[in-house]
Amino acid sequence: MVKSKSAYSTPSKLGKLATHIIVVWVDNEAGVLARVVGLFSGRGYNIESLAVAEIDSKKNLSRVTIVTTGTPQVIDQIKLQLKKLVPVHKVADFNKEDKKVIFKEMTLLKIVANSMKIKKALIACKKYNPVILDKTNKSIVIQITALRRDIDKMIKNLKPLGLVSASRTGAVAMTRGAEVFK
Amino acid sequence: MGNLYSGAEIVFKSLEDQNVEYIFGYPGGAVLPIYDELKNHPTIKHILVRHEQGAGHAAEGYARSSGKPGVVLVTSGPGATNVVTALTDAYMDSVPLVCISGQVPTHLIGTDAFQECDTTGITRPCTKHNWLVKNINDLPRIMHEAFEVATTGRPGPVLVDIPKDVQFEKAKYFKPKKKKKLNGKEQNKFNQKDVDQLINLMSKASKPVFYTGGGVINSGPKASELLRELVSLTGFPITSTLQGLGAYPGDGDQFLGMLGMHGTYEANNAMHDCDLLINIGARFDDRITGKIDEFSPKSKKVHIDIDPSSINKIIKVDLSIVGDVAEVIKSTTKTLKKKNLNLKKSNKKKISKWWQQIQKWKKKQSLNFINSDTIIKPQYAVQRLYELTKNQDTYITTEVGQHQMWAAQHYKFNKPNRWMTSGGLGTMGYGLPAAVGVQVAHPKKLVIDIAGEASVLMTMQEISTAVQYDLPIKIFILNNQYMGMVRQWQELLHEKNYSESYSEALPDFVKLAEAYGCVGIRAKSPNELDERIKEMINVNKPVIFDCQVDKNENCFPMIPSGKPHNQMLLGPKDQEENKITSKGKALV
Repeated sequence: MVKSKSAYSTPSKLGKLATHIIVVWVDNEAGVLARVVGLFSGRGYNIESLAVAEIDSKKNLSRVTIVTTGTPQVIDQIKLQLKKLVPVHKVADFNKEDKKVIFKEMTLLKIVANSMKIKKALIACKKYNPVILDKTNKSIVIQITALRRDIDKMIKNLKPLGLVSASRTGAVAMTRGAEVFK
Repeated sequence: MGNLYSGAEIVFKSLEDQNVEYIFGYPGGAVLPIYDELKNHPTIKHILVRHEQGAGHAAEGYARSSGKPGVVLVTSGPGATNVVTALTDAYMDSVPLVCISGQVPTHLIGTDAFQECDTTGITRPCTKHNWLVKNINDLPRIMHEAFEVATTGRPGPVLVDIPKDVQFEKAKYFKPKKKKKLNGKEQNKFNQKDVDQLINLMSKASKPVFYTGGGVINSGPKASELLRELVSLTGFPITSTLQGLGAYPGDGDQFLGMLGMHGTYEANNAMHDCDLLINIGARFDDRITGKIDEFSPKSKKVHIDIDPSSINKIIKVDLSIVGDVAEVIKSTTKTLKKKNLNLKKSNKKKISKWWQQIQKWKKKQSLNFINSDTIIKPQYAVQRLYELTKNQDTYITTEVGQHQMWAAQHYKFNKPNRWMTSGGLGTMGYGLPAAVGVQVAHPKKLVIDIAGEASVLMTMQEISTAVQYDLPIKIFILNNQYMGMVRQWQELLHEKNYSESYSEALPDFVKLAEAYGCVGIRAKSPNELDERIKEMINVNKPVIFDCQVDKNENCFPMIPSGKPHNQMLLGPKDQEENKITSKGKALV
């Protein structure tokens, strides 16, 4: 397929694509998520996962964590455009490879299979803090927390063991140590 | 306990406190309480338009020519959707607008009620911010915040959506708090180090050029004065974007004319060959840069802008200075003077070679055209209009297309805020309502809309507004019976297949003028043009001027698609040698 191009906006060298986790602190008000998400869709940026919840009910603050992939220029634009939104307080940007930051995602996995397979599935999940939330003799619901790509792998591996449904929260992030992002 | 006011009253009280004198609007069911309140506020005059898009553009014209925010009042549903084009236009060109829209009562929101639409949803991508006022107690704060967001930082449109029941409800009113910290307000992040670095680059440059844009206009008349001082102090050449025209005198010695797709040969070549490019309040728009890979390849680039997101968005720069243009120029000039670095003298030798090169380019006289005795050339019409109006303070608006480019090329602006045109969005139909807004802001001044016959028909109904309020705007139509720019591109890129670009059934503009109750004038040949233009200027009524021009004239010079700055098409003669490649065609 021929890529649609405009003579006046085709960059010569596409920068290297990198996955970033962008954390946005916003006023928890009506429409704020639409503003953030609309900015991504309106400018053609991609969202891989999105996690949002209120974190301070007194100050009425919500924390939005977005996983996105883009060239350095696009990531910069995303950050700068987010900062321009009125309800946005601050914007943090973490590279996925950054060792100083913890990235985690929680997932619920439902497996419908015989007890042999269920047992195998549980063993496979062992590395990722599995919690059994529900169990019948035909099925099990397991909660695991892990990195995004580990969950990707787990989902692939559990398919033959009877995985019928997965529900993921999307990644959330926090810096290591005593430092707080300002 | 303080006095309680209705939502409608609060709207007007806050407009009064924001020193609003005019609102452009159109009534309807969901804003009737606000319209009912209008009579109690004699300092605020309402201008009734004929279509809400007209209200938006009129407010834009008002804002651009006066430096104050334009205020628009529309009803819910179609009222709000009709104003979307104008909001988007204002967003692209950074014009401060405050749009107040009515909404169906709170309990009906989401029920597909009569004249309901998701106004805040629809206008979210075309405003800096918008609010749906669900609680009357929030209204005073939101009204003040709306003005603050619209006018601070990089200006732009905002919208306040007020449900009808909230307009009736009562609450306390409070005046705007002074200096509230807002996102839009974070500006002037530069420091002396940045300025020193800029001056260092300036003193080293041997082929410098200033590239200035609408940011200089938005920074206020003071910024234009400061820019003129800086340009004369440095001796550098200067070119301007479409939106920046007037910030530096159009007939100034150091001015190279407009740059970009239809800019002058000297301006574009200077951009291409320079070794220092200083962008002041412009945004490297694609109509300016041409082919990005080959944009100004040898230069160090400096970008001065109030909006951090404009920097490195399209062109990577070597030095960025985030701040209000006026402030940055002021401290640059101050430092220059303090260091006693008279660049004009010390750099004279280095730059004189550069100037010699520029003179060579100038000799091409890229704006030239072959004039005629029998038929009015559109360029000639603009030149005559300029000559006959340059001695008075004239405000020019335009529609979008060939006439717009000819106006930008041949009308010389000497002051900021005299030139109102739709650059970013390219909205046909902008000029006439914008002229209405300009004339409202400057009742005694000459206001001319240089128009095309296709564009002007898109918002022709607003001439009725001009007649109603005795606004003697002049609609100067360069009538070539074609959508000229569309026809030009079809000629250059689509083998002269003039698909749907000819207007078969144009109205008789003179009779149309008479039908609206204004004056119609027609000029058919060059020898009567001057007389007719004078006649137009001397009529103290709105005029529709049907200037019948050469149908086949094209707008040159032009950077063809897929080409960099130094490969311009200069005119009919030059075209054969410089054909557009088939690859270039696909890239438009």
